[in-house]
Amino acid sequence: MPVSLALLLTAGVMIACGVYLFLERTLTRVLLGFVLAGNGVNLLFIVAAGRPGAPPFEGDADPSTMTDPLPFAMVLTAIVITLGVSAFVLALAYRARQLFGHDEVPDDVEDRRVLRRRRRRTTRREQVRAGAERAGAEGHESEGREAAGHGAPDHEHPAHLPATGGLSEGHRQGALARSQSGQGWPTQPPAPAPRPDDDTADDDDDADDPVGADLSSARDAPLDHTESDEEEETR
Amino acid sequence: MSIELLLALPVMLPLAGAAAALLARHHARLQLGLAIATLAAVAVVSAVLALHVAEHGTLVLQIGRWTPQLGIVLVVDRLSALMLVVSSIVTLAVLVYSSAQSVSESSERTPVAIYHPTYLVLVAGVAIAFVAGDLFNLYVGFEVLLSASYVLLTLGGSASRIRAATTYVIVSLLSSLLFLAGVGAIYAATGTVNMAELALRLDRIEPGPRLALEMILLVAFAIKAAIFPLSAWLPDSYPTAPAPVTAVFAGLLTKVGIYAIIRLETLLFPASVISDLLLAAAGLSLLVGILGALAQTDLKRVLSFTLVSHMGYMLLGIGLSTLVSMGATVYYVVHHITVQSALFLSAGLIEARGGTTNLARLGGMAKVAPVIAVLFFVPAMNLAGVPPLSGFIGKVGLILAGIDVGSPEAWILVGIALVTSLLTLYAMGKIWNRAFWQPASEEMAAELADREVAPVMIGATGALVVFSLLLTVLAGPLMAYTDAAAASVLERTPYVSAVLGEDAAAQVQHRIGEDGQKVELTQDGGGR
Repeated sequence: MPVSLALLLTAGVMIACGVYLFLERTLTRVLLGFVLAGNGVNLLFIVAAGRPGAPPFEGDADPSTMTDPLPFAMVLTAIVITLGVSAFVLALAYRARQLFGHDEVPDDVEDRRVLRRRRRRTTRREQVRAGAERAGAEGHESEGREAAGHGAPDHEHPAHLPATGGLSEGHRQGALARSQSGQGWPTQPPAPAPRPDDDTADDDDDADDPVGADLSSARDAPLDHTESDEEEETR
Repeated sequence: MSIELLLALPVMLPLAGAAAALLARHHARLQLGLAIATLAAVAVVSAVLALHVAEHGTLVLQIGRWTPQLGIVLVVDRLSALMLVVSSIVTLAVLVYSSAQSVSESSERTPVAIYHPTYLVLVAGVAIAFVAGDLFNLYVGFEVLLSASYVLLTLGGSASRIRAATTYVIVSLLSSLLFLAGVGAIYAATGTVNMAELALRLDRIEPGPRLALEMILLVAFAIKAAIFPLSAWLPDSYPTAPAPVTAVFAGLLTKVGIYAIIRLETLLFPASVISDLLLAAAGLSLLVGILGALAQTDLKRVLSFTLVSHMGYMLLGIGLSTLVSMGATVYYVVHHITVQSALFLSAGLIEARGGTTNLARLGGMAKVAPVIAVLFFVPAMNLAGVPPLSGFIGKVGLILAGIDVGSPEAWILVGIALVTSLLTLYAMGKIWNRAFWQPASEEMAAELADREVAPVMIGATGALVVFSLLLTVLAGPLMAYTDAAAASVLERTPYVSAVLGEDAAAQVQHRIGEDGQKVELTQDGGGR
């Protein structure tokens, strides 16, 4: 089967651009990516139709010289489906804009939970250290400071992780970390304040974990911050 | 009028019903009646089809009398007929359940007028996927059911649903694109999208491109079926939807993916080299899913993770692809559609009664709501595989099949399957302890005192639980049916000969033997 290289390359470029846009954080860009990649895939069907020939009307030409009509029938169907779905995604993006002021794709719930736990541990460790330093300044027990400040926590956390909690500063300030800061967007229900003094948090903080719990009921499901929220806040 | 025309009805009836329901949007009662009547009719038609197919073999309808290679064919063999029957029963039960829910709970926020039409379109999409005789029609079926599911998932457009749906929509868009690209590539390679014709032609192309085509389609289907590396979207998106919607999504939509994988691995690419990959994915799904479930504290999220986990059982059966394992897989699919839907419905009951699905807040339900307790307990034990319920029968079938195969991978998988079953029991026990046995807090007691559950919801859930018990009581005949379905799926020639005729069936080169290995068919023995 003869294949048109130009079509194939165009399809490849379109799909590549589409995939790139798919990896973006805002729904509108994802939609653009979907449209691009979808049209690239449609081009693949036209490639599959092979060499162009006479129009496929009965009696017009010799059937062996006609274009294969089947891929075009399929492409038409696919185009219609793409159109309908694009309309829906646009509506979704618009609704997200109404509700949140942006249309960013939220982080995975489990990711948020893991990060939240890690932050809670970090906060507690910093407090322990601060307390120990205070103790060290008041009394003159430098070994005691060592033990209280580093010994126990470092046992739990590998030494190569930075003391701020194992994630880079960019992460900490990013969308995930800010998800429980509880300030900012007006439509957001008040998130519970961090509880650095809660010693049982490590093992059994599921009970009042606002991210993991109660996602099913729309009323009290928490909203997480995203990067746009932060731009909004810093402005 | 020939019986073949019935094949169009599982698709046409819901679509016509959706149109009628849309016209009747200002009359909620009439709309509901239309929807229930439609689904009841679909259930009857599906049952007739299933009985007919069991006696007379595969049915084929050529739409517009185009030849199968060019036109649209609808094919119903034992496997599709069984799926149609189960899906119509489950969708009917869920619809009855939601009739109470939509009136009582969310009416002030939800445009109920579009709920019933969309629901019927979803049912039509599922039916298209089950009866499609060509890949492109399967794609259309997937798109129809996905579009309907987008709307159902965002019903009411509340903040949490929009957020959950965003992930779901993007993942679905990607899988649709992959599927479409796969269809295009298959057409380029073989010049047809008809599945029976593909069964003949795919055998003749080079192994390299063949594998590529298989992988593209497998990834597309595995996303829909929520198989482990591609399953992360599911627990994030399903729990936020209304309970009946989640029930039908969890029960049916993932199984449509499994159904497509069964067709892919038997009819199109029989006993292919990737069965080890399927086994690995099955094992990982089982383990990761159930460990995820154990870490959750929200009832619906626990159930979503067990759903991911139990998809592994079905994939395990497909990966082994012996006669026993395939029969057990089909049985397990039937069992799991019913039980998972029933569980999500009873989760909805718990939410309606207790006001939350947070396991830390729930408590004391066993005393105040014993009926709900029973309706949760039975499917929960069934899911975990406690004898003599259907979950046990299905798991025994799969594990026996694994022992029969006896390879090291199969033994590992058998071990994982057993551990997963045990951990499922643990997860269900955890829910039971917290929601039903743990003493109710004062707050909870107050909630329990002033909430009621509509009897219709309890009735619908009860009906589904009874149906799941029937799967146990009638396990003998049902197993005979699923084994026959598996045998015909593995044989491959019945499907091809029904669509393309005996001559074409004689050209089928391979079938899958009872031990899961590829068996060459001699030219004269091919039509056997």
